[in-house]
Amino acid sequence: MPSRPPVRPPGTRGRSPWRGYVYVLPAFLVYVAFAVLPALHTAYLSLFEWDGVTLGEWVGLGNYLEILQDSVLRRSVFNALVLVVFFSFIPIVLGLAMTGLLARYRRPGMGAYRFLFMLPQVIPLVAVGVTWRWLYGDDGLVNQAFGAVGLDGVTRAWLGDFGAALIAVGLVGTWVLSGLCMMLFLSGVQKVDPNLYEAARIDGAGPVREFVSVTLPHLRGELAVAMTVTTVAALASFDIVYVTTNGGPGEQTTVPGLLVYRLAFSEGKVGLAAALAVVLGLLILAIVYLINRLSRTET
Amino acid sequence: MSGDVSTAPRSERWSGYALLTVMAIAVVLPFLSVFLASVQPAGTPVVGLTWPERWSWANYEQAWSVAGFSDLIRHSLIIAVGVVPASLVLATLAGYALGTMRLPGGNAVAAFFIAGLTIPVELIVVPLYFDLRGLGLTNSFLGVILVEIALFLPFSVFWMRTHFQSTPQSLVEAARIDGASPATILLRILLPLARPSLTTLGLLVFMWSWKQFLLVLVLIQDTTRHTAPAGLGFFVGQNTTDIPTLAAGTIIVMLPILVLFVIFQRSFIVGLLQGAMKG
Repeated sequence: MPSRPPVRPPGTRGRSPWRGYVYVLPAFLVYVAFAVLPALHTAYLSLFEWDGVTLGEWVGLGNYLEILQDSVLRRSVFNALVLVVFFSFIPIVLGLAMTGLLARYRRPGMGAYRFLFMLPQVIPLVAVGVTWRWLYGDDGLVNQAFGAVGLDGVTRAWLGDFGAALIAVGLVGTWVLSGLCMMLFLSGVQKVDPNLYEAARIDGAGPVREFVSVTLPHLRGELAVAMTVTTVAALASFDIVYVTTNGGPGEQTTVPGLLVYRLAFSEGKVGLAAALAVVLGLLILAIVYLINRLSRTET
Repeated sequence: MSGDVSTAPRSERWSGYALLTVMAIAVVLPFLSVFLASVQPAGTPVVGLTWPERWSWANYEQAWSVAGFSDLIRHSLIIAVGVVPASLVLATLAGYALGTMRLPGGNAVAAFFIAGLTIPVELIVVPLYFDLRGLGLTNSFLGVILVEIALFLPFSVFWMRTHFQSTPQSLVEAARIDGASPATILLRILLPLARPSLTTLGLLVFMWSWKQFLLVLVLIQDTTRHTAPAGLGFFVGQNTTDIPTLAAGTIIVMLPILVLFVIFQRSFIVGLLQGAMKG
């Protein structure tokens, strides 16, 4: 750190502006050592074929080529994108619908609802997964509910069903993330000047028109956040899938997170796992970037 | 919330509440189902939502002692107790400098931290296992603690930086003119004001630490040192038939964070919503 002549106006103590970095340094070092460097190390490992024990062999982009060619690996990325529909799209639509229906008037007593809607956010996803495993089971609530309305023909072991498993897993994400989206939008709409609604009403705007021209434009920031958080949750999903289906039946519910774990720690394909992790990281980065970009340029 | 513009026509008011209630029931039913399963006498075949004829808490004793949830909870607490204070201290220091001082390149450094918000555990977990094993930090709580701190730092630093940016600059200026050192300004003036922000951050970090699964699964392969979520995940694999005990274990894993959520719900909700906004 170079020492400099004091640049501060008189009355402040002469200090190098670099000195403030003393405060940043501890956090910086921990962050770099245990998050940034491992991320870079992953990228490096992705260029090798390595079983984790013997000497690795340089394969360049070979692992990435394998991801493109291997149907199971491609399938996992595809499944993650399907999960985006359930983790992100449906919760956002639900949240917007709720907001559209509730935004026109202030309501007392929202505290209790807020508490309940945020509840799935604080519970470990493993516990969520175990809970839903039980709900989807042969004797679970889902089958009980179908039975109660006379749809015994529909009942099945949902998580073991080739056609239904991915949707069933996706709906767990819908359950977890819908409340967050609703609360984000509902609290965003609280900031809208009530006079705007009044004015719209005086102009004879119906509920739909009011939603489109008053509510929606004010939620742009919240929408970007909801999209980012939920999409990342879908792409980086691991806990729920691991506990409910562990990727099965077949490869119906495998996701990249699951394969990174499996390839590296039970199949001894560390390089391939690293390459998949890099692809996942880049996918997340691209989507976050895109959402931020879109939400800004729309102004 | 004042009631001037808010008086909805009666029908619309009730349909709004009806809708909220339907949603709330959809959230609560799964919890209720697993709770009711957990109080059924052991060995009873449980179906969906069944009110127990006889309430039995024996499954909790069973899960607590036989399935080892007392150890699992203890391990999770050890890790959280390591992660939370360290995160608060590191984030406060960094957030203070990045939020109140004119550091050369300060914005770039802040951006470098924020970029870390996009790092998923999957991206770092593979080399971490090999690197930490080399250092003897696998199967150790310390290893997990260090990684969790690093993983939560992007958010924590950003949170504290935003806090310090929003405190009146005049306070800092006045103290500076009086000759207070940066350390004194932080400790004497800013820190007492930061209490609410620190509480919220502490709760969020505790929650994330409590929820962490993949990281622990990889870094702590010794099952006698598992944390609550990892133990539960492992338990599922071992024990698929005994629903009441599994349900009791699930409730036990949820309980600590649930209690905190009930006590500090305002801070949690504000943090989760604003925190998401800031991210």
